[in-house]
Amino acid sequence: MAKNPARAISMNSRLDRFKKNVLLNWRLYVFLLPAILYFTIFHYIPMYGVQIAFKDFYATEGITGSPWVGFDHFSRFFDSYYFWRLIKNTIILSLYQLILFPLPIIFALMLNELKNGPFKKWSQTLTYAPHFMSVVVIVGMLVAFLDPITGIINHVITSLGGSSISFLTSPEWFRHIFVWSGQWQTLGWGTIIYLAALSGVNPELHEAAKIDGASRIQRILHINIPAILPTIVVLFILNIGSFMAIGFEKVLLMQNNLNAETSDIIQTFVYQTGLLEGQYSFAAAIGLFDSVINLTLLVIVNQIARKTSENSLW
Amino acid sequence: MRKFQLSDKGFDVLNTIFVTIIVLLIVYPLIFVLSASISSPSAVNTGKMWLWPVDISFSGFKTVFQNDAIWSGYRNTIIYTVVGTILHLVILLPCAYALSRKEIAGKQFIMWFFLFTMLFNGGLIPTYLVIQSLGMIDTIWAIVVPNVVGAWSILVARAFFQQSIPDQLVEASKIDGATDFHIFFKIVLPLSLPIIAVMALFHAVGLWNQYFNALIYLSDETKYPLQLILREILILNEGMTGGAGSEGGSVNSFAEQIETASLIKYAVIIVSSLPLLIVYPFVQRFFVKGVLIGSVKE
Repeated sequence: MAKNPARAISMNSRLDRFKKNVLLNWRLYVFLLPAILYFTIFHYIPMYGVQIAFKDFYATEGITGSPWVGFDHFSRFFDSYYFWRLIKNTIILSLYQLILFPLPIIFALMLNELKNGPFKKWSQTLTYAPHFMSVVVIVGMLVAFLDPITGIINHVITSLGGSSISFLTSPEWFRHIFVWSGQWQTLGWGTIIYLAALSGVNPELHEAAKIDGASRIQRILHINIPAILPTIVVLFILNIGSFMAIGFEKVLLMQNNLNAETSDIIQTFVYQTGLLEGQYSFAAAIGLFDSVINLTLLVIVNQIARKTSENSLW
Repeated sequence: MRKFQLSDKGFDVLNTIFVTIIVLLIVYPLIFVLSASISSPSAVNTGKMWLWPVDISFSGFKTVFQNDAIWSGYRNTIIYTVVGTILHLVILLPCAYALSRKEIAGKQFIMWFFLFTMLFNGGLIPTYLVIQSLGMIDTIWAIVVPNVVGAWSILVARAFFQQSIPDQLVEASKIDGATDFHIFFKIVLPLSLPIIAVMALFHAVGLWNQYFNALIYLSDETKYPLQLILREILILNEGMTGGAGSEGGSVNSFAEQIETASLIKYAVIIVSSLPLLIVYPFVQRFFVKGVLIGSVKE
C-alpha cells in the first residue's frame, strides 16, 4: 500500500501527534466546536444547497432528489426582458455609491485639521450618531420628510414658488435619495479608521515641512494623504468586494411599484421571485450569479492592488 | 503659486466653517424629529414647525404608549437582543480564544474555513431553505441564530486575545494544574472585559436594528420585533390598524387619521431609538475601539 515507507511513517507519526494534541488539549477543541457547527450548518450547507440553482427544486423531493436541469434557470434569467434592467440598476446604484467613497476621507482630513479639541469631539459625536439608527427608521424619516403634502422638503419647495415633488414614487429621484441618505448616515462613522491612521502620522514630518515653507494644503496632500493611503486601498478593495451587495434591505424598504424602474436590483428581485413567488431554484440561480460576480470583482481588484501597490487583502 | 496660498489662519477659519456646515446638515434631521415628536401635528404638517417645537403636546407619545403592537414589539426586540447577544458571546469568545492559542493544530485551516464565508455564500434562498428545514420558521431561533457570529468578529477577538493575554500567564497556570476551562473562565475572561463589551455592543445594536430576518422568517404578528412594527407604522402607513385608531370610538375623518399617523410617526422614532440614544454617549468610545481593533490586522 505504501509506496514510500518513509512517507507513510511520517504520515502516521503526524496523525499520532495530532491525536496526542487533541487528547492533551481537548478542551480547546471543544471551544471551537460551537463555531464550527454554526458555520457548517448556516454557511456551508447553504453552499451545498446552492445546487438547486441547477435543478428544479421540489420541496417533497428535497435538494438531492430534485431533477437536474443544468443552466436552464440561468439562461431563462439572461434572456428575460428584465435582465438588463436589473443589471443596469444594480451597477448604476453601486457606481454612484462608489464615486462617493472619498467623502469620508475628505471629512476625516478636515476633522484632523481642527485645532479646537471640544469642537472636534462634538463634531465626531454628533456625526457618528446616525450610524446607530435602523434602516427602518431612516426610511421612515425619508417618508416623513419627503411627503408631497406634509413633508418639510416640499414645504420649502412650494414656499420658494416650486411645485411639490413626489420624491419617493419617482424613478428619477430614487438613486439620489438612496445614496445621499446613506451618506448622511455613514459619513461620520466612516471617518474613524482614517482619523486613527492620521493620528499615527509623525509630527516631526509636519515640523520639517513647515520649516521648508509648506502650506497646510501642501502638507495635507504630501504628508497626510500618503500616510493613510494603505488604509484607503484596503477599504477600497473591501468596498469593491461588496460592490453589488448594496444596502439591499434599505432598497427593499424604499421600493414601490412606481419607482421600480430604477429601484429594482438583483437582490430585491431574488427576494421577490424566491420568497414571495416561491420560485426557489430560479431565485437561487440569480443569487448565485450575483455572488460569483462579487467574488470575481474582489479577486480582480485585490490582484490589481497587489500588483500596483504593497497593499492587498491577501 | 504663492499668490493663491491660503494663510494658516484663513485655512482654519474656512475649515471650521465647512465642518460646522456638515455637522449641522447631519444634526438637523435629528433635531427636527425630536421637535416634531412634541409639537402639534398640524404645525408639523403645515410646515410651521421647522426647528423648535411649536404648540408643545405629548399626545404623540401617549398614543404610542397606548399601542399594544409597539409594546409587544418592544418586548420581543429586548428578548431577541438579549438572547442573541448572549448566544453571540458564548460562541464567539471560546472559539476566538482557542484560535489565539498555539496548541491548536490546523489553526490556519480553521481560520480559512471561517473567512471563506466572507468571500462567498450560498445566498438568500439556500439559507432560507436550511432555516426552514430545521423548523426554525416563526421561532426566536430564526432571528438570533443566523448571523450569530461572523468571521470578522472572530478575527478581531482573536487579535485581542493574542495581544493582551500573555503566554507566560497561561503557561504558569497550566503548571499550577489549571485546565483550559479554568484558565478561560477564571483568568482570560476577567482580563477581556473591553473586548466582551465591544463585541456585545456591536452585536446588540445589529440585533436591535434588524428587520429583514424577522420579515422573512416570522409570520406570527405577536412575535414581531419593534422594527417590523415600525415598518408598518412609518413606511406602510398601517399605524392605525392597532389599538390607537379605535380608541376614539367614532369614525375619524381622513384628515384626522393623517394627523394622528404623522403625530405618532415622530414619537415612535424617538421611542424606538431611545435606548441607543441614551446609551450612545457613554459607550461611544467602546464602539470606536471596536472599529480600531478590527482595522489593526488586515
